[in-house]
Amino acid sequence: MPCPVNGPRAIAEFIYWGEVRVSPDPNTCTDDEWADYVFNRNGAPGIKKEWWCHTPSNTWFIAERDTLADRVLRTWLPGTEP
Amino acid sequence: MFSTPTDLHSEYDVVIIGAGGHGLAAAYYLARDHGIKRVAVLEKGYIGGGNTGRNTTIIRSNYLTPEGVKFYDASVRLWQDLAEDFDLNLFYSTRGHFTLAHTDSAVRTMRWRAEVNKHFGIESELVGPDFVKRACPSIDITCGGHAPILGALYHAPGAIARHDAVAWGYGRGACQRGVEIHQQTAVTGIDLVAGKVVGVQTTRGPIKTSKVLCAVAGFTPSVTDMVGIRTPIYIHPLQAMVSEPMKPWLDQIFVSGSLHIYISQSARGELVMGASLDPYEVHSTRSTLDFTETLAAHMLDMFPFLSHVKVNRQWSGMADMTPDFAPLMGKTEVEGFYLDAGWGTWGFKATPVCGKTMAWTVANDKPHELITGFSLDRFRNYSLTGEKGAASVGH
Repeated sequence: MPCPVNGPRAIAEFIYWGEVRVSPDPNTCTDDEWADYVFNRNGAPGIKKEWWCHTPSNTWFIAERDTLADRVLRTWLPGTEP
Repeated sequence: MFSTPTDLHSEYDVVIIGAGGHGLAAAYYLARDHGIKRVAVLEKGYIGGGNTGRNTTIIRSNYLTPEGVKFYDASVRLWQDLAEDFDLNLFYSTRGHFTLAHTDSAVRTMRWRAEVNKHFGIESELVGPDFVKRACPSIDITCGGHAPILGALYHAPGAIARHDAVAWGYGRGACQRGVEIHQQTAVTGIDLVAGKVVGVQTTRGPIKTSKVLCAVAGFTPSVTDMVGIRTPIYIHPLQAMVSEPMKPWLDQIFVSGSLHIYISQSARGELVMGASLDPYEVHSTRSTLDFTETLAAHMLDMFPFLSHVKVNRQWSGMADMTPDFAPLMGKTEVEGFYLDAGWGTWGFKATPVCGKTMAWTVANDKPHELITGFSLDRFRNYSLTGEKGAASVGH
């Protein structure tokens, strides 16, 4: 996994934190929309943007990864999307 | 063993997607118990080639929630005379199942499980380290000194079976009763009219049907996408491996949540070993060296004398996980679309009861009483069925 700060490192140094998702506004959304956000996931294969953390340096970043081939396409720090 | 139908008919009463244990069991009970014989089981690969052929074959009912305990107990009862039912040797072997506790909090969970289990009449006891050592003298009760075994949940009916034979037995039984199993036939779409199932598109042409049962484990999200249903299912690989065969020395099944391992010895003498889920989403069945190294290291903590034993094979399956570690079963918001999914890492033992209850559910178009706690609605109502403490290791 190429860490945007530390370069390529062994996958065992990283934790995976799931797909990048946008939270609905809890003050205005319906109960169904909130339950959908809390529980439901996009479980089908595809190219996904995901949160990862390089644990030795506590670097949180986003990886774009093909979940079918298990191949990382690119990574970046939040807010610096290429 | 199976008849191989050449052509798809244009219409069936029920189409089952997935010819694994669960799908074939549902077909078998639909034909046998409900007299519904115009059933097609569609399989994109081959019979039993998914998680039915990729699990570690452990059968037990010592779960944590009342819903789980009742359900799995019904399954164990079905297992016990299944070989006779099929006239096929399933190598069903009652071994006794130990879930080891290495911490005080694990002991507390084991006691909780034992009490829930006994309440429902299931043989399940909290036992001390001496009992474990007497049952299996080869075990290092201190686990190398850093994870001493403080006790265990002992479940005498815990068993293993030959997983391929389960799929074959159900498949053959279903075929004999008129069910068609179409291998090498992938579903590419599901036709809906006004929110109801009316047909299925396949790589071999369209089929009309009003009822579809989806029993496809790690492929579930791709199929639910075809009917526009959102689910909490996420897919992580679960890996396993076997050692070279050796003389029988391990009668029991051992599971350790702290060391993230489960192990039994098969009728062929191989040690069948599994560990926890891979830590991130992958939609393929690739194997990793990380897994082998970690599992081997933990095995040696428990059984140091295995240090020269070789690993023969390793493999992986795609586990369809749910947030509460209970399955997703029953009707859905799409009329005629039934789901038997969310079987994550714990589906093999449930094969008979899933077939039986899903066949009932499809035939009567209402959920069988044993599966009402597993409906998809529970994630809309925040009424989860928390099975995490008993479903698996290392979560």
